[in-house]
Amino acid sequence: MATRTVIPFGPQHPVLPEPIHLDLVLEDEKVVQAIPSIGFIHRGLEKLVEKKDFLEMTYVAERICGICSFIHGQSYCQAIEAVMKIDVPERALFLRTIWGEMSRIHSHLLWLGLFADGFGFESLFMHSWRVREKLLDIIEETTGGRVIFGTAKVGGVRRDIDTPTLKRIEGELRTIEKMSREITDVFKKDSSVRRRTVGVGMLSKEDAVALGAVGPTLRGSGVSQDMRKLGYAAYPKINWEPVVETGCDCYARCMVRCRELYESFSMIYQAIAKIPDGPVDVKVTGNPSGEYFSRTEQPRGEVIYYVKGNATKNLERFRVRTPTFANVPPLVKMLGGCELPDVPVIVLTIDPCISCTER
Amino acid sequence: MRPLSFGKVISRSVLSRPATRLYPFVKRPFFKATRGAVAIDIDKCILCGICQKRCPTAAIIVTKAAGDWQINRLRCISCGACVDACPKKCLRLENMYSPAVVKKGADDKVHQQPKPGLGATQA
Repeated sequence: MATRTVIPFGPQHPVLPEPIHLDLVLEDEKVVQAIPSIGFIHRGLEKLVEKKDFLEMTYVAERICGICSFIHGQSYCQAIEAVMKIDVPERALFLRTIWGEMSRIHSHLLWLGLFADGFGFESLFMHSWRVREKLLDIIEETTGGRVIFGTAKVGGVRRDIDTPTLKRIEGELRTIEKMSREITDVFKKDSSVRRRTVGVGMLSKEDAVALGAVGPTLRGSGVSQDMRKLGYAAYPKINWEPVVETGCDCYARCMVRCRELYESFSMIYQAIAKIPDGPVDVKVTGNPSGEYFSRTEQPRGEVIYYVKGNATKNLERFRVRTPTFANVPPLVKMLGGCELPDVPVIVLTIDPCISCTER
Repeated sequence: MRPLSFGKVISRSVLSRPATRLYPFVKRPFFKATRGAVAIDIDKCILCGICQKRCPTAAIIVTKAAGDWQINRLRCISCGACVDACPKKCLRLENMYSPAVVKKGADDKVHQQPKPGLGATQA
């Protein structure tokens, strides 16, 4: 038996935008075991419900994650709306869908760049982020922020987008879609990308389900599960299907995200075509009393928001289960048996967002 | 599998202008909707203190007795909750960010007092 060596990976590592630590037990160059540890960036956001009232918590929820911020805010608002039995106007639901999908596109483009950087394709990284910058401009123009949208609100949304702007945005998005296709074609066909990703980090369908994988990690292993099919916001009124790949490797997970980009573009076009006129919010009176689990699909997978109110302005309990937390056990499984140089690539395929995970 | 699949994008990038700007000579224009810094039209302000109550980060302090409206720029998250809540509509979100400060403390606080002759002063 070869001598075992333990190599620490993280919390500070060039491929990791956020701190997670892995102890990699190696036999020669082969990883035989990966032991994760988290806890470097805990901020105690769930405890804040005792100090902030339930309307102010929307701002806190949006800041749980810097990349999928809008969907965090939306999930929190949906939970409170369900507890308080608030009917959100139709137009607000469509606007939430449009911003939610924009958030998904910018998150996936960011990830594609980071992934390219992870296997050393620096120019592909730059090009992915150049495309993303164009989308961030649209987001800033419509919401006022580049990544923290600040438009989620209990009872609707805080801003409206007028019809001429929506039409113009659609045109700009079509240009961005064209630019994205050139980038995703490289991920799909380039020989150097395929050599680093095909057959690397295998996660079988059975393991993905048993270990509770979510989002593109689960769909890359052939399971068609997408929380948007639960029918929140305007998703039931839009034609779309979850993107599923059956490769079970890093390439399949990358392809899920590439194809989801186009699914999201298509959803935004449909939402712009179908958006009804009307108000964008309703007045909220009283305090929440009761409890609710809100489940939504983030770019990284399913997020669960649990809120419990006791008819006071502060919630009694607030709990968030983020997608990266669910994807850590599948990651440990994927790392077993891989080569050391493949570790960064595999870690990136779950799209780790540690700040969400630790809240 | 196709080698050099990136050739088209690369060659176009080589021949076109840089995607970046020559900052600080060329500045990026902000959008009208950009949430920058909170500004106040202090003469319209009645010092009711609603903005202070609504601020999720406790960045605004209103002292009615001293006639003082104060914002801590480093605490402010530019969410616009105060702007939405203001009954006199004297608060607004400007689309420029507040200037950088060299140290925490006095530099990051802005006082405004609605008294004739005093105007806006930076403490």
